[in-house]
Amino acid sequence: MAKALPRLLVVLLALLLAAALFAAVFDLPQPAVDLPAQVAANLAQTGVEHPVTAVLLNYRGYDTLLEIAVLLLALLGVLAIAGKPATRTAERVDPVLQMLARIAVPLMILVAGYLLWAGAHRPGGAFQAGAVLAAAAVLLNLAGLLPAWSTPGKLLRLGLSAGFLVFLAVAAGLLAGGELLRYPPQLAGGLILLIEAGLTGSIGLILAGLFLLTSERGRSR
Amino acid sequence: MSAGLIYALTGVLLFVMGAAGVVLLDHLLRKILAFNLLGSGAFLVMVGLAQRGGGVDPVPHAMVLTGIVVSVAATALALALARRLLAVDADPEQD
Amino acid sequence: MLDPIPWLIVLPPAWASLAFLLGPGRGGRLAIIGLTLQLALAFMLAGQLLTDGARVYAVGGWGAPLGIDLAADGLSALMLLLTQTVALALAIYARAYFAGGHGGPAAWFWPLTGFLLAAMNALFLSADLFNLYVTLELLGLAAVGLVAAGGGGTQVAAALRYLLVSLVASGAYLLGVALIYATYGTVSIATLTPLIDAQAPLAVWLAAGLMALAMMVKTALFPFHFWLPPAHGSAPAPVSALLSALVIKASFYLLLRLWLGGFEALGAVIAWLPGVLGAAAIIWGSIQAIRASRLKTLVAYSTVAQIGYLFLIFPLLAGGGLAYQAGAMQIVSHGLAKAAMFAAVGVLMRATGRDTVDSLAGVAGRLPLTLFAFGLAGVTLMGLPPSGGFLAKWLLIDAALEQGQWGWAAVVIAGGLLAAAYVFRVLRQAFLLAPPATHFEAVPRRMEWVAFGLAAASVLLGLRGMELIALLGVGVAT
Repeated sequence: MAKALPRLLVVLLALLLAAALFAAVFDLPQPAVDLPAQVAANLAQTGVEHPVTAVLLNYRGYDTLLEIAVLLLALLGVLAIAGKPATRTAERVDPVLQMLARIAVPLMILVAGYLLWAGAHRPGGAFQAGAVLAAAAVLLNLAGLLPAWSTPGKLLRLGLSAGFLVFLAVAAGLLAGGELLRYPPQLAGGLILLIEAGLTGSIGLILAGLFLLTSERGRSR
Repeated sequence: MSAGLIYALTGVLLFVMGAAGVVLLDHLLRKILAFNLLGSGAFLVMVGLAQRGGGVDPVPHAMVLTGIVVSVAATALALALARRLLAVDADPEQD
Repeated sequence: MLDPIPWLIVLPPAWASLAFLLGPGRGGRLAIIGLTLQLALAFMLAGQLLTDGARVYAVGGWGAPLGIDLAADGLSALMLLLTQTVALALAIYARAYFAGGHGGPAAWFWPLTGFLLAAMNALFLSADLFNLYVTLELLGLAAVGLVAAGGGGTQVAAALRYLLVSLVASGAYLLGVALIYATYGTVSIATLTPLIDAQAPLAVWLAAGLMALAMMVKTALFPFHFWLPPAHGSAPAPVSALLSALVIKASFYLLLRLWLGGFEALGAVIAWLPGVLGAAAIIWGSIQAIRASRLKTLVAYSTVAQIGYLFLIFPLLAGGGLAYQAGAMQIVSHGLAKAAMFAAVGVLMRATGRDTVDSLAGVAGRLPLTLFAFGLAGVTLMGLPPSGGFLAKWLLIDAALEQGQWGWAAVVIAGGLLAAAYVFRVLRQAFLLAPPATHFEAVPRRMEWVAFGLAAASVLLGLRGMELIALLGVGVAT
């Protein structure tokens, strides 16, 4: 009973908050600032054709820079937390799963490449492509074809940080010429593709690493 | 009652459930899942309200993409911590 | 000419990534070089602000509300100076602390710290609500990583609690941002400030409430302080110092920014609530510090108490600029003093090999410099002249009396007395004669000097108070 009262209070507060938010959502006025119009008006100078990609990598590219830092930081955190490497088991894996992995992974890499390129014109881009790559790595690990990682070596550390470093380098380079992340309109498309390519690789490796560093599956017998 | 508004209201419910869940649930994994629910709720509110007018507003979509990545990173860190806690509790010598 | 604003943001993640590339345990020297450059840039920015006034920097050349704006005024410059100074001192301390494999594994301390500083610099310069959300998350994850690094059960449990609390708070903040964007169509603070008034729709009131609550939780305001003592108390000394001195000020800074950026119109009627909670924090935190048996827990509860002073300014902000100055002075002097205190405690724990207050007997003879540093830091926390803490509390009492709100002045004075109680508790224990069998480890002199330097800075700050207040006045209407 003593524990039930505070819990009841929390539930009551939650319901109250929900009701208030419901009322608020119904009561919203028309916004004072019309951002979609501004996004569309300047789209031609951004170097990409899809408005969401333009916001993500040009108008609010600084947010994306910080976001990659967050991903890399999460990986650092996972590395810092891991104690002794878990004993990696090498268990037997269903050969059907292995066959599936062998067929699916090359296709997934192809899809990732397509998503990266498509991001300029339609939904897609570095994050989506990186996520597909990471999924391929996880599938390989579950099928016993890719062993789990321990502390990353020099090459892997380079791959993990390369995307962020490329983005940072482009930002610093642009800084020397003008303002932070101000793309010259004629170079914008190319620079964004360069940044996205680097990001795809790194995001794939980082997301894969977040799984593989804590996985316990070694190479299958 | 446009579709966007329905998404937003659903998002509100998810957010509140997630918040209550993190506070009330005892199992660590469930707390982490509740946090994900909370995040998804906030994202849904953002995206839903972006569609409540006539056209679609791309800015909240980009913000939610960023938010999803941040959420994944945070969840990964939380899970790594939870696993480490489990490992240390099972084998207190490990340090 | 080199513009300090973007470089203050680009430099820390650059050396953090390079430190990561160099491998586990490496990057200390890189950090010190980077931090020295950052400190120089911070001074440069302060100079620019004093001559030319507040600055706005449009990232990507677009300008708000389409792009993201960075803004630098007196308060941001002050926070940046504090951050780089304390971080540089603690970097020197940490190199000695982790040298030779002592103090626990420090494999990824330097990249984590670099990203922590990147988050802080970005946060203090940002003028965009969603960008602030991303910087908050960066900061939170870095802090949690540092707390948990290489640790055993208690550290990891504390880190996990800290993480979950932090994430729920950020989630609430994000919902607030969503509501504000839906109402006004922008997340740029400069664009929003003239639009927010007392006639705002319910969504804005809820958003303000959610965001304010989120920041109070992140700043460990009573009664949301429960996560702080375990987290700050179980981490290695340099990490505890970074967290108590700097990280916790970032969310308070954000709350102040939001308040001054439009929420004051909404929150004026309820401004007494943070004041009351702050007063409770001072009393409760001090009592727990007096009762704590572990050294680090004592200092962590001291942080809970000192944070309370910051929230006392909210009921007084509307009546003039004194409260604002008091808050800024408290942030800076507590930052220096708390960093010094944790540094000193780290030395004491290394020397005695134990972490309790009772085991300090005999330390006064062996480590006089460190104990002096602890005492000096205590002077600031108690609010004795001529320290920065004295200036902060003096301004606070002045503001309270000026507006006829005597209660707050009484709380400030009571807090000073309570602080004296726990500071003297430590000092008294250290001056006792040691039991004959006590063995003290040797501690690198560098660590002692850093603690002393930070403590002396916090005390001498009071003498330079006028310059700081002049800097603070840049770009603010108050």
